[in-house]
Amino acid sequence: MKQKRFDLAGFAGRYKLPLLLVLLAALAAVPFLGLSSYVVRVFCMVFTYSILTISLNFVTGYLGATSMGHASLYCVGAYVGALAATRAGCNIWVSLVLAVLVGCLAGGLLGVCTIKLSGSYMTVTTLAFAQVVTMVAKNWTSVTNGTLGIKDIPKARLLGAELTVRNGGMYFVGLGLLILCLLFSSMVIRSKYGRAFIAVRDDELGARMMGLKTRNYRLLGTVISGALAGLAGCYYAYLTGYIDPVTFSFDISMTILTMAILGGLASLPGSIAGAAILTVFPELLRSLDVYRYLFFGFILVIMMRLRPQGILGSVKAARYTLPKGVLRPAAAMEQGKEGT
Amino acid sequence: MLSQQIFNGLILGCIYALLAVGYSLVFGILRLLNMSHGAVYTAGAFMGLLGASYLHMGAVPTILFAMLLTGAVNVCINRAVLQPLREQGAANITMLISVTGVSYIIQNTLMLVFGSQKLPFPKVFDFGSFRVGGVLVTSIQVMIVLVTVVLLGALGLITKHTRTGLAMRCISQNPKASNMVGIDVRWIISFTFIVSGICAAIAGYMVSGYYQLVYFTMGTTAGLKAFAAAVLGGIGILSGSVVGGILIGLCEALATVVFGGEYSEATAYVILFLVLLIKPSGLFGKDDVDEKV
Repeated sequence: MKQKRFDLAGFAGRYKLPLLLVLLAALAAVPFLGLSSYVVRVFCMVFTYSILTISLNFVTGYLGATSMGHASLYCVGAYVGALAATRAGCNIWVSLVLAVLVGCLAGGLLGVCTIKLSGSYMTVTTLAFAQVVTMVAKNWTSVTNGTLGIKDIPKARLLGAELTVRNGGMYFVGLGLLILCLLFSSMVIRSKYGRAFIAVRDDELGARMMGLKTRNYRLLGTVISGALAGLAGCYYAYLTGYIDPVTFSFDISMTILTMAILGGLASLPGSIAGAAILTVFPELLRSLDVYRYLFFGFILVIMMRLRPQGILGSVKAARYTLPKGVLRPAAAMEQGKEGT
Repeated sequence: MLSQQIFNGLILGCIYALLAVGYSLVFGILRLLNMSHGAVYTAGAFMGLLGASYLHMGAVPTILFAMLLTGAVNVCINRAVLQPLREQGAANITMLISVTGVSYIIQNTLMLVFGSQKLPFPKVFDFGSFRVGGVLVTSIQVMIVLVTVVLLGALGLITKHTRTGLAMRCISQNPKASNMVGIDVRWIISFTFIVSGICAAIAGYMVSGYYQLVYFTMGTTAGLKAFAAAVLGGIGILSGSVVGGILIGLCEALATVVFGGEYSEATAYVILFLVLLIKPSGLFGKDDVDEKV
């Protein structure tokens, strides 16, 4: 007997187009509702984190390598954007392009460092990478202005008009970037590259046997991830007008990872849902500020217990069962625990 | 000056080693990165504070008290959070996120109970200091080295020469087969968590006695560095973790002398980077660690 459950992902899949249009219309209307600029700013942060979560999903969701240092790529993007604006006088669009390019490079560097590694080793290397990036940002004072951070990043402009949170300009920039990211990501994921990523995640050896150059794909995944994170970082720099190394701490890396998992790994709508929940929820809890991270912890624990695949992640794929008597070590482990 | 720094680095390394062993123990048996270990270490330090400052216990009862409570906390994490997940057959990453959640819970509970400011910790094992060839050695430093050596020695004996240790090694190889030959897998896993909690409590107590400070975020960086140390030595391998911990402590102290304090923070990670580039499975790690996190 199979219990019938409401499958959110299935429901969303069936009514995709109307749902999307309604959502878009609703989102486009938000700045005109007369909400306070604080609320609009929260929306902007949701866009930033959504892009970051999508970008992390390329590494963690589609390539299956847990990254605990994603804030590093975010940091690189933010600094590139901020420096391009304050030192070179670039406008936001040029900065964004620069941030994406440098983000690619940073992602590629991380990819080269981790290409031989797997599992925990890969995870801890991403963590180490992030710590090194933070150290550089803190101590390379002549460029990054050290712990004081970069102040007075000019406002974004479009056709002479200033784009701010208050007039909704930054909101639309963020929304536009997010939509661009979504389009790009879904295109990549449905292409042969996306399928190759998933093959590498599910069985790297098998993928290699099928003739995939798995290392190239892993590198490509981190490069894409770096590009998107760079984009988010640059947008963030223009949004707040001030960045410092503390903004891109380990906690941010973990928050992004948690968003990806909460929403559902390897799911683009899930990324957005995860980012939205974990950005909005702490804001709602602001009055209970001291309890904020306590709640955060409980959400993680309870969520993992009740719905480990994430809110929008579906458990569609039946697990491949090995022939009788053959057990993967991990499976053997689980069964061992069940038997006790 | 240099020899003093190296000695200080050695002391720091001992602490990292104690913490790294905690990561390695749990990883060896569950293939799980126990991200809550840093928070458990903080909990150990606060339990020490509770015993020493609030309940006015002596040094030895305080340590025992901290060990007991911290071990209990760790068992609770295992029983309440991880065991149900294992029985569901949850993926490794699910457990990873769960323990991260647990670490937030522990840290913030401590913050709510004890406050977010840095609290003074009483001096422990203060019998004065002496000099050995220009190196100033305090009694707490001697104690740290002694306790580390004794504890790690005991741990080595337990894992290599007792039935429990044999069972632990069995489970790390094949839990199902271990269960079939009559090993109480649940108990052994709980035992592993108790031991790792005890190590964390002792490390926490020693560090807070050394710096005479406790604060609720003290476990974050220390935990991450110890984690790096464990991976550096080859995670899951106890001797590797010890070497990794001491190596990182020493390098950090040397980096402080050569590059200045602000760069020493990232030394652990830079070394880790370099080692993993050359030997992807860590210094003493085996290449066939079959695990997906």
